[in-house]
Amino acid sequence: MAFKRPDGRKLEEIRPMMAKIGVVPNADGSAIFSFGKTVAIAAVYGPRLLHPQHMQDPKSAVLRVNYDLLSFSVSDRKKPGPSRRSQEISKVTEWALSPALDLKEFPNTVIDVQIYILQANASTRVAGINAASMALAQAGIPMKDLVCAVSVGKMDKDLVLDVNDEEEHFEDGEGATDMATARLANSDKWTLLQLDGKIQPDLYPKALSLADKAFAKIYEVQKKALKSVMEEEK
Amino acid sequence: MSAMNLSNLTKNTLNKMFALGKRFDGRKLLEQREFTVEYDVSYKAEGSARVKLGKTEVVVGVKLGVGEPYPDSLDSGNLMASGDLLPLASPRFESGPPKYNSLELTRLVERAIRESHVIDLKKLVIKEGEKVWTVMIDIYPINDDGALIDAASIAAMAALMQTHFPEIDKDGKIDYDKKTTKKLPLLENTIPLSLTFYKLGDSLVVDPTREEEEAADGKIVWGISHYKGKEHMIHSAQKGMDAHLSTDDITEMMKNLPKLYDDTLKKLKKFLK
Repeated sequence: MAFKRPDGRKLEEIRPMMAKIGVVPNADGSAIFSFGKTVAIAAVYGPRLLHPQHMQDPKSAVLRVNYDLLSFSVSDRKKPGPSRRSQEISKVTEWALSPALDLKEFPNTVIDVQIYILQANASTRVAGINAASMALAQAGIPMKDLVCAVSVGKMDKDLVLDVNDEEEHFEDGEGATDMATARLANSDKWTLLQLDGKIQPDLYPKALSLADKAFAKIYEVQKKALKSVMEEEK
Repeated sequence: MSAMNLSNLTKNTLNKMFALGKRFDGRKLLEQREFTVEYDVSYKAEGSARVKLGKTEVVVGVKLGVGEPYPDSLDSGNLMASGDLLPLASPRFESGPPKYNSLELTRLVERAIRESHVIDLKKLVIKEGEKVWTVMIDIYPINDDGALIDAASIAAMAALMQTHFPEIDKDGKIDYDKKTTKKLPLLENTIPLSLTFYKLGDSLVVDPTREEEEAADGKIVWGISHYKGKEHMIHSAQKGMDAHLSTDDITEMMKNLPKLYDDTLKKLKKFLK
């Protein structure tokens, strides 16, 4: 018997997505992205001269990502300030975004990407990447492509798209496996791969092909949001 | 001058050699170095092990303490891996607050162990909701010549498998000088280990030396076990560094991962007490 999703979704169904550009007027680029009740906001500042000087790279801009949960975005209040988890996510998010960017055009500068989760209902890092990707595009940073991100879950033996809070804590059978993935929207280039749980090696590529199906939809949502803001600016 | 960064020349040479399936030390791309496991790094630890993988050396100590359970898991003991890239082990490591690389090392070793449920945390409750055992796995490199995470995961499992509880009295006070014969409750036939693939150009390699590791553009760390002795199971994964991976890369890794794990496990079993 197939896994029955607590919110009634089909196995391959993503929660309703929302994307909005230009939500932080001070930033060079900004966006909100949500998967259902998970809401992420991202702002981009830069490229600007990097201080201290010894951190500068004469060949390229430095991409610097900060991801964190707002203290009230989770049930048990999150103590403000970086945690081991948020530091790790910040770093892997940096690597998820950097393959899409042409950083060589801005030597000695830094591009800061700030990602915060306003409301958390699982899959926060992938929501953050989707928001950051749009914010970078709005900031006019030269990009090869947008980055699309989604989580794939394995509930006992079944694969599902876009894991929510309840599913994250599923314990029956082989339990819950959470797989965060990101890829350039239009090429076979995986830029984020994370996994926690239990999955057989031959099943993992199938989880990735499930993510592939989601990326087309996420890409459309991102593109639509970016287009609408461009039309407004005209 | 070992603190200098890798030259472009070395990187290009390695790239060309890898494309031909060759390495400086004569290994094949997916061939691991031999390793040894020793025990009793410190009799003060409840369990400890030293792994030498080629010239890479890591020590791991397990300390057991009594603490409060986390609010979201009142019926379980606690597990925590920490450690630091000591400046002792490499001219590349610096003193000061732990940086990302030491976070990555400890987080990934911890996640492979945690997600495999090899430690039965439910059996570590002393008084439900109030008092539980905390398992602290501390990882320190002694000499870094690449593949630290893989070496650390071998050492961590070796140390856990020979960890004994200290004596504890009715009030929950521990006498660390008296060790009992009681071992840590571990899931049978499940030994999660880390295996890292590195990418340079179009080539994938495992168990790099420091030089090869520095030349690489991308990597992914897998945590895998032969779960309950029945089937291979991936417990954790994390891609690192700027380079992307293709679907073919991943398929290739999935093909080789179980065999590489089995080889490592076979070698490790020779050293288990």
